[in-house]
Amino acid sequence: MPHIICFVKQVPDPETPASQFKVDEAAKKVTPAPGVQPVPSQFDTIGVEAALRIKDAHPDSTITVVSVGPDAFRDTIKHCLAMGADEGVHVNDQALADADHWATAEVLAAVVQKLGDYDLIIAGRQAVDWDMGVVGSTVAEILGVPVVTIAKTVTYDAGKVTVERVLLDGFETVESPTPAVVTVSNELGEPRYPQLRQIMAAAKKEVKAWGLSELGIGAPANRVNLEALFVPDTSVETEVIEGETAQEKAALLAQRLKDAKLI
Amino acid sequence: MPNGVLIFGEANEDGSLAGITAELSGAATALGGPVTCALLGSGVEAVASQAGSYGANKVIVVDASILKDYNGDAYLPVAERIVREVDPAIVLLGQTMMGRDLAPRLAQRFGSAVAMDCMAVSMQGEKLLAERPAFGGAARARYTINGMPQFATVRVKALEAPEASGSAEVVKQDAGLDASAVRTTVTSRTKEDSEGIRLEDAKVVVSGGRGLGGPEGFQPLEDLAKTLGGAVGASRAVCDLGWYPVAAQVGLTGKVVTPDLYIAVGISGASQHMAGISSVKNIASINKDADASIFKASRWAVVHDWKEFIPAFIEEVKKIKSA
Repeated sequence: MPHIICFVKQVPDPETPASQFKVDEAAKKVTPAPGVQPVPSQFDTIGVEAALRIKDAHPDSTITVVSVGPDAFRDTIKHCLAMGADEGVHVNDQALADADHWATAEVLAAVVQKLGDYDLIIAGRQAVDWDMGVVGSTVAEILGVPVVTIAKTVTYDAGKVTVERVLLDGFETVESPTPAVVTVSNELGEPRYPQLRQIMAAAKKEVKAWGLSELGIGAPANRVNLEALFVPDTSVETEVIEGETAQEKAALLAQRLKDAKLI
Repeated sequence: MPNGVLIFGEANEDGSLAGITAELSGAATALGGPVTCALLGSGVEAVASQAGSYGANKVIVVDASILKDYNGDAYLPVAERIVREVDPAIVLLGQTMMGRDLAPRLAQRFGSAVAMDCMAVSMQGEKLLAERPAFGGAARARYTINGMPQFATVRVKALEAPEASGSAEVVKQDAGLDASAVRTTVTSRTKEDSEGIRLEDAKVVVSGGRGLGGPEGFQPLEDLAKTLGGAVGASRAVCDLGWYPVAAQVGLTGKVVTPDLYIAVGISGASQHMAGISSVKNIASINKDADASIFKASRWAVVHDWKEFIPAFIEEVKKIKSA
């Protein structure tokens, strides 16, 4: 009965033009424009998909979805339960409002220890807001278990996980004893989308609400300081390629690229 | 007292020195030396003295067959030992297949932190100031790190490589690796047949988005890429729709590319796509929607239906190439 733990978080929808993100330099916060929906971070739902594929092969698997974040993150846990995960843990504690990646990793490791036995932890290779890409590996080091990063397939068999790990020009097959941490990449494929019936069923699944006191730890110290947050100066002088016909525009663009020694 | 900068150089698969080694050397020199370059792998001794020619004071080379291909479990204890011996204030790695995997684990071994995928590094007093993109490039964040040493990975080609000059002392070390500590096993490596040039290496990338209207739209883009000696990329939307292989996906949830020229066809410019091209200086965009947000980031904007434009453009490029 493999027990798989998936780490998930919520992000502002990245399928939004950059101009829809307001950067507050004084508060050092990024505020999405009203109407930009919070969504599950895509690599994390790909991680849940990887866990569900293992469950498809081993129907006695249990999948626990864990998230550390404010009230709204519950929607992301519910989405993953509707995808087919079995239970959720939501660590929601005011003391973690400004937790950095490493503080979050320490909290996640404490959750894993409280959950007890597990075979596999699956996390996204990075979150699609801050893109740091450190949490899965850091948790593995804290727990003292192996980690295989950037997976495109994950299969489990009796105490062993086999991972196809994405390389620049192909992939490598890596075997690791379990328990282990695996981080997944987009090459794994699209996460399944919950059907209405599953969404209704998910409403009945349990989401444990834990704070730091339930975990028996204090708020971990942050290890990085955000010194500044600003809009990068990416303004370029845009030349609109003028012309009456496609041929005229094509000739002008080709000339510009030649002048710039780009072709 | 921790002192100086330790960089982790790299060799390419063909044994040559990877460009990131010079880029990291230049960054480390600018931060203030002394600079030590560690080089781990099999057959890397051959490029050790070259690795020391970009400003490093010393090269520590660990040339061992067990380090032939990157395996985190094998590299991590060796890297950890070198960091302890050198006792640097700052450790820099490339945002490469090795750096992405090794840096977070190495930082945790020291209870420290790592700023990943930096576009710039500088000093703020005694502290490393690491600058990196966030929110799909909509924001830039500057971090300092409380722990010691302070770790950062630097994006490939984000920084200028210095010219080779001078030489460094080369010190050989054994891997000294306890094989039982290596828990993970690489059982095989598979090269996937991709025609032509890899996206990550291409000097020109031609990318298509939803505006192409269907998978058949990629054929002319492939023709254009071939004419330019480049590679073809795609937006997340079209990979999701199955119009083009996910291996070609450019963006936050795909690949970060750094060509000299990026030609975006029928791509609107969602932040998640722009994150994949945030260090590209020359973008030419073709879109029939004059309000497409990608035009703001483009040096050249062509407001036209790509179906008419691309064939005409291929002809013009051929004329220039044959002239």
